[in-house]
Formats: sequence, structure tokens, C-alpha cells
Amino acid sequence: MSDHTQHEAPGNYRSYIIGFLLSVVLTVVPFWLVMADVTSNVALALTIIFVLGAVQILVHVHYFLHVTLKAEQGWQAMSLIFTLILLVIVLAGSIWVMLHLEENMMPAHEQIERVRNLP
Amino acid sequence: MNTNTAVIDTPGEGPVTGAGGPLEFHVVESQDGHHDEQHHEDGGGTMLGFWLYLMSDSLIFGILFAVHAVVGQRYAAGPSPADLFEIDMILVSTFMLLFSSITFGFAVMKMYENKLRGMTIWLLVTLAFGLGFLVLEIMEFSHLVHIGATPSASAFLSSFFVLVGTHGLHVTAGSLWLVVLLVQIHTTGLTPANRRRMLCLSLFWHFLDLVWIGVFSFVYLAGVLL
Repeated sequence: MSDHTQHEAPGNYRSYIIGFLLSVVLTVVPFWLVMADVTSNVALALTIIFVLGAVQILVHVHYFLHVTLKAEQGWQAMSLIFTLILLVIVLAGSIWVMLHLEENMMPAHEQIERVRNLP
Repeated sequence: MNTNTAVIDTPGEGPVTGAGGPLEFHVVESQDGHHDEQHHEDGGGTMLGFWLYLMSDSLIFGILFAVHAVVGQRYAAGPSPADLFEIDMILVSTFMLLFSSITFGFAVMKMYENKLRGMTIWLLVTLAFGLGFLVLEIMEFSHLVHIGATPSASAFLSSFFVLVGTHGLHVTAGSLWLVVLLVQIHTTGLTPANRRRMLCLSLFWHFLDLVWIGVFSFVYLAGVLL
């Protein structure tokens, strides 16, 4: 491919519309889940919300941001993967550490009372 | 001493040489000395640099999400998400951003087709959706402050306002950038520089929609359920 050719669009109308329709479905389902009180199982509902959110992020990355393994000699995908690793470390690490810290640092109200009423 | 200086000062021979001549440790502007924007038709390194900026920006959001994950349920006997959030309005603002994402995509397609008029129309539609999103967010924030759910009310509200507010500031900056870009396109036309700016802004705009997926899933929907 010559350097002087007009640069090709990375996407096309069809890919934008496919991405949009997928995003609509992936947005409506979690909102419907919450607004219509579909299930009383909170853990199940949270799992569905987060999985669909993650899928929608992938849809946006592919159809809107047009990230490919080849773009910028692979540096675009490489930096994205690097950032994802950092995000997983920061998020999972923070939640894990802080929840454990909380267990050790914040006695429940009854425990305080029990200590206070010690003979 | 003498020999050392002589070696370094030898003209035409750098201290480090590669196979094809001296290695360059700085950005080479252009071979023929031109400094205009014509030489950055595809953005040169700009697109990758802007992408790296977005990656660092997502680290900022990642940290704010982590903070919200840690303190998001510390209500300090104040209101909880179920008391405060109006999910139907969040659905409306989510769709505002989603529509603005696809209309920006159409504007980019019009740019590749060199249709200035269509591109302008789609950009204006995008701007309208972006501003609509901002209006809804400002209304939500002012309502929360009005009923006393201020950032100082609880740790949950502090992190909520910082996280959602940071996203809102990004959308504000993106809207301002969009206005500036519209002015630039209409003063200088579809120049390579303006195309590059357009592609950078499209990345920024889609990125903001992407962050919003995290916000509505994690802050609003999960917040109301918990």
C-alpha cells in the first residue's frame, strides 16, 4: 500500500450500526433487570450487570474505537492490554485489601458494647 | 584526556553509531526541513500519543472506581443509592451518550467521504446529545445538593460526586473541544490537521461513552441493588 493513497476509514456505517444495536441491547437488559425488579437474587443480578457491562465495553472497543492488533504496529493493542492489567491490579487489589482491613479495623457495634460491658 | 575529546569532537561521527549512520535520540521533524502540518497527514505519532493519553486517563477513572468500590457503601447514616438515584433518568442520559457515539461515528464517516456539510450536521447532533447529557447531570447534581445529599454528607456521596463529576468534566471538555473543532473546520476546511483533530476527538468521545458504561453499571445499577 502506497503512502500517498487516501487513508481508508477504519470503520463503516454498517459496523457503527451493528455496534450501536449491540450496545442498545446490552444497555437495556441491565436497566430492565433493575427497573422491573426481575429477580430477587441480588448476586445473580449483579453478575449479569457486570458481565453485560464488560461485553459492552468490548463492543465499544471493537466497533467504535476500532482497536485492532495491527494498528500502530501493535502498540495500540499492547498499551490497552497493559492498561487493563494495571486496572485489574488496582481494582482487585484495592477491593481485596480494603475489605480485609475493614474486617480487622471496624468492630461491629455489638462487639463494642460487649467490650464496654466487660466486668 | 586529549584523545577522548578528539574522538567526541570528530565532525560527522557521533559517539554512538548504528548500522545506517548515527542514532537519533530526538524527534526528527522532517527530512527537507519543512515544519508544516502537511507532513502529519495520518497524525504521525499523534494518534498513538493520544491513545496513550486515553489509557492514562482510564487509569484515573480506574482509581476513582476503586475508591468508590471501597467507600461506596459508607452512607454515614445518610441516604443510600436506592433513596437517591432515579434510574429512569440515568437510562435517558445513557442513551444520550450512546446516540452521541453513533452520530460521531457517522460524522467520521462523512469526513472520510469528504462531505463537509454532512459532517457538520452530524457533529452538531453529537454536540446536542452531549449537552443534553450534561444538562441531565447538572439537574441531577443540583437536585442532590438541594435535598442535602452533598459531597460532604457521606463517604459514598464524596466518591460518587468525584467519580461522576470527573466524567462530567470530561464530557464538558469534549463538548468545548467539539465547538472549537467546528470553528476550525469552518475557517480552514478539511485540512489534514483538522482531520487528525477530528480523529483524536472521536477517540476521546467514544472513550467517554465507554467509561460511562462502567459508571451506570457499577455506580447506579449495582448501587441501587446493594
